[in-house]
Amino acid sequence: MKKMFAAIRPYAALFRTRFFREIQYRAAAFAGIATQFFWGGMEILLFRAFYETGGETPMTFSQVVSYIWLQQAFLALFMLWFWDADIIECITKGNIAYELARPLGLYRMWFTRVIAQRCARALLRCVPILLIALLLPEPYRLTLPPNLPAFLGFLFTMVTGLLVVAAITMLVYVLTFFTMSPSGVRIFAASIAELLSGAVVPLPFFPGKLRLAAELSPFAAVQNLPLRIYSGNLAGKEALLLAVVQLFWLAVLLGISSGLLSVARRRVVVQGG
Amino acid sequence: MKLYLKYFAMHLKCLAQYKASFVLLTIGQFLTAFSAFLGIFFLMNRFHTVKGFTFSEVLLFFAVTLLSFALAECFARGFDTFSSMLGNGEFDRILLRPRNTVFQIIASKIELSRAGRLIQAALTLGIAVGTGEIHWSFAKGLLLVEMILCGAVFFASLFVLGAAICFFTTEGLEILNIFTDGGREFGRYPLSVYGKDMLRFYTFVVPMALFQYYPMLLILDKSQNSLLFFSPVLSLLFLLPVAVVWKLGVRHYRSCGS
Repeated sequence: MKKMFAAIRPYAALFRTRFFREIQYRAAAFAGIATQFFWGGMEILLFRAFYETGGETPMTFSQVVSYIWLQQAFLALFMLWFWDADIIECITKGNIAYELARPLGLYRMWFTRVIAQRCARALLRCVPILLIALLLPEPYRLTLPPNLPAFLGFLFTMVTGLLVVAAITMLVYVLTFFTMSPSGVRIFAASIAELLSGAVVPLPFFPGKLRLAAELSPFAAVQNLPLRIYSGNLAGKEALLLAVVQLFWLAVLLGISSGLLSVARRRVVVQGG
Repeated sequence: MKLYLKYFAMHLKCLAQYKASFVLLTIGQFLTAFSAFLGIFFLMNRFHTVKGFTFSEVLLFFAVTLLSFALAECFARGFDTFSSMLGNGEFDRILLRPRNTVFQIIASKIELSRAGRLIQAALTLGIAVGTGEIHWSFAKGLLLVEMILCGAVFFASLFVLGAAICFFTTEGLEILNIFTDGGREFGRYPLSVYGKDMLRFYTFVVPMALFQYYPMLLILDKSQNSLLFFSPVLSLLFLLPVAVVWKLGVRHYRSCGS
């Protein structure tokens, strides 16, 4: 037990320093809150227009509203187009040598950093957005989850969802070792992955087979799952099944990215300087 | 103009040095715009119409907005990254040269790598025009071009506004993204779908509806008021306050001496 704590301690310290460093950027966070609030509002107005048209809908309007507010509040946790420019620069410019000289696991070090960064950003932004969204008048209000299991399920899948995001992010960094230019992988993540994670349109609105394929993809574990469990759109067996799929993808992504990193480490050539 | 062409050729040569990254960026831009396209498709496929507009009609709004934005981004990108220009003292060099400052900033960066968005927008326009049931005439075609060009100037002036604000704040203001990136995102649909209040906001405060919404009614035969033909030109009035802020900014500017 003691040994385990000793092993975790440096990472906990790393988490703390990163976290407090990020939390300094309060002005930027304020601008972010305003932007995200406006964004969420417009998105909800758009769905209102669609719901006025009528027709069969796979989510109730109030579920969509909750989904959108949570999406904006926790954007920093789930956005797939956000990268740490420092890490990428350190790979392409060769500063990686310093990182390798540290007596800590490279993978765990960066993983901690990714999570700390996202947590700090999300924490700064989510509270005001959630508060305002909870106080809005009726149809536009963020409603509370339907029951306790839904709330617990939301918390659990949000944490695992964050781990999936971090694993995907790590995969992008690791692939940079091989391509030396992050743009290719990055672009893929920013477009297709965003779509499949339900960032553009919630997955239930996808047509038939495409919906099934998207729901089973690793990206659906990112925001689709926790937000829909919160809103009550997903519950019971289906939610449980998708949570298992999420854990499966988490294991796969962690395995691939850490495996590739050890391959990359063996190939690293630092050209002096 | 001749000087601009020279700059243009220079940027083109520069780009030719990084072919792979150019191709990747183009594909990426295409994919991003494509996922937005799919988003519209999924929703329209389910609901069929929104506020009385059909899928191909919505696509026309999407294409006009995207084309305007892509054009503005190609040619006025220099303003978008202006805060770094202020930070590293590049702007001092610009002030020393015997040419107009705005011209120099425009010429300093010509982002042909934004071609992906441009291609996507042009394709969407093609689909919208091809599948829609619009009775095209010469006047309507002309109006469409007018809308796109005025839209490009509008987005470009938003970039200039963002840059001008940098004179006072040094850092760029993220809030303006609501209007630049936001304009691009929300302009995917006719601006009337967001409700009356939002439409008013986009008419009088940030006059995007003047080139995106009202003239389109004429093209779609939803309105017969031929005065709407001139509404895109009205959106150019937005340039006036932007020019004032820019002038004030340049006067306010003090080099940090680096």
